[in-house]
Amino acid sequence: MSDIIVNKNLPIVSKRLGIEEAYKLETYLSTGGYEGLKKALQMNPEDVADEVMKASLLGRGGAGFPAGRKWSMLKPARVKYLVINGDESEPATFKDHDLIERDPHQIIEGVVVASYALGVNQAFIFCRGEFALGLERLQAALNEAYDYGAVGADIFGSGFSVDIVVHPGAGAYICGEETSLLQSLEGKRGYPRIKPPYFPAVMGLYNQPTVVNNIETVSNLPWIVLNGGDAFAAMGQDSSAGSRIFALSGQVKRPGNYEVEMGKVTFRNLIFDESYGGGILDDLALKAFIPGGVSAPWFGPEHLDLPLTQEAIANKGSMLGSGSVVVFNESTCPVKAAWRISKFFYRESCGQCTPCREGSGWIEKIMHRIETGNGRMEDIDLVMDVCDNIAPGLSWPPKQTTICVLGPSIPSSIVSAVNMFKQDFIDHIEKGKCTFDK
Amino acid sequence: MGHLSEEIINKANILLEIYPNKRSALIPLCHLAQGQDGYLTPEAIVEIADLVGVTPAEVRGTASFYDMFHLEPVGKHVVAMCTNIACMLRGADELLEHAQESLDVGIGGTTQDGQFTLEEAECLAGCNNAPCVQVNHRFFGPLDNEGFDRLIKDLRSGKLKDEVPEHGVLNRVDRNYGLKATPDQVQAERDVMESAKKERLAKKSESN
Repeated sequence: MSDIIVNKNLPIVSKRLGIEEAYKLETYLSTGGYEGLKKALQMNPEDVADEVMKASLLGRGGAGFPAGRKWSMLKPARVKYLVINGDESEPATFKDHDLIERDPHQIIEGVVVASYALGVNQAFIFCRGEFALGLERLQAALNEAYDYGAVGADIFGSGFSVDIVVHPGAGAYICGEETSLLQSLEGKRGYPRIKPPYFPAVMGLYNQPTVVNNIETVSNLPWIVLNGGDAFAAMGQDSSAGSRIFALSGQVKRPGNYEVEMGKVTFRNLIFDESYGGGILDDLALKAFIPGGVSAPWFGPEHLDLPLTQEAIANKGSMLGSGSVVVFNESTCPVKAAWRISKFFYRESCGQCTPCREGSGWIEKIMHRIETGNGRMEDIDLVMDVCDNIAPGLSWPPKQTTICVLGPSIPSSIVSAVNMFKQDFIDHIEKGKCTFDK
Repeated sequence: MGHLSEEIINKANILLEIYPNKRSALIPLCHLAQGQDGYLTPEAIVEIADLVGVTPAEVRGTASFYDMFHLEPVGKHVVAMCTNIACMLRGADELLEHAQESLDVGIGGTTQDGQFTLEEAECLAGCNNAPCVQVNHRFFGPLDNEGFDRLIKDLRSGKLKDEVPEHGVLNRVDRNYGLKATPDQVQAERDVMESAKKERLAKKSESN
């Protein structure tokens, strides 16, 4: 069924996910571990940064900002920090979870490479608190790496030193937003910071210049250093270079993390090919899918043949985001799905900005009453109006009315559900019950 | 003798040392205290405040922002069931209903024997094993009703006690060392690297 030619370089970032006990130093070393770091330390720091720039590596956290450019924006200063964002909490995203638990040394190696290129002497890995096993694996790997001489003072005799601290989160979706993450790392409530300054690279942790990179982003660095930025940039399509992990979940036969070359695989391949999703659960028809986490507008079956690149998806009015694809089959109630997503934002709004704090609660209430059969016909317009107050114009990308992007992400799923499945909303209201209940 | 054990104070002292600012150790210290008592006790909050150098109200105010910190006692096992989109599509609501019946407790409640607290959780990043459940932040899934009952039985009998420590214990692997790169060393290195870089740049502009 599959006509995809898998690039011989693949998998890159997920190559050890299938190897048993890859989280141990011994296994890591026997599979080429710390070779990238050794090579990087022989190079000049600015040449390492150059390779990353050449690789056109886009940040893997969700915003897709080029990592090399982010690095180049780091303001020169005596004290600078590197912070790794491992607070993965976007619903249906679970790639960093796997990378942390199963290949923590690759993260540590990437952190040291980045620190060397950036001239940073203290780095933090912010790991989501709910990943108890991940925290244990990361700390154990870090202890091993210190003993091995890959972290700490005078790494491998190079005269470069960096300390790494594994920092546990404590359960808050908003802490994935970089300024909120920095607040949390400073020991405070995770309130996103007011912008400007727009970039932590100017003013970040303890008001010092700070680079914040995602777990998957730094996990790519050892390979890029070993094989060169050009080799990475040669893969992929348009500005979406290299490969990327897509987290596939929902009503597919084989949910999981799949690393694919960007642009060479379509949603249809990802969802239906035997080597990936293996088709729709219960062999029902596909109703819709979310292309990049619950903050992204939904796609319908007509979008199945889009290639997986940042541009292709953005051109059709959604986003690649965190690379998490959620599949709905025809038995799914779109009203319920949209309500559940709005409930998530309601629970996770930090409460600083009125449109998000109040709007998320309103939307959740209205959606809940439609879903449970207590809706009124005017509720459909009302919920759209509340959405419009959070992100005026309901355009994509959404207009910003709040300190961070959580608020403007709330309308995406609601607007998608109403636009794509309006008849289902009307049926719920007319029949006074969820029309998908068995 | 304070409320926090000597062992925890020792761990706390290392944490206080590795951050550029003591306040950053606040959340890790709350995890340690919760590991001792199962929840954040008022006594622990006062001692954390002392160690970090802020008021107890600030510790409480910070901790109350985060889902993982409990300011009231909870059961020995906190069962957090994800009902977010990926798990919902795989029957999480039905499983949560079953859990309430089978444990005879509502969402947020604790069983009479103090063994289990049931929580509805947001996405736990275990969507490839949906519907998934965390017990004291250890993952289980995919679970059906029978699987859930078996899990509860195994937790009750103590069969999983190595895998699932009592509630509050988060990271059982310690960092028992401070920073290795001393400020003097870092400064010396930086000087060397900067002058080397200057030389390279000078050479580059010369050859241009």
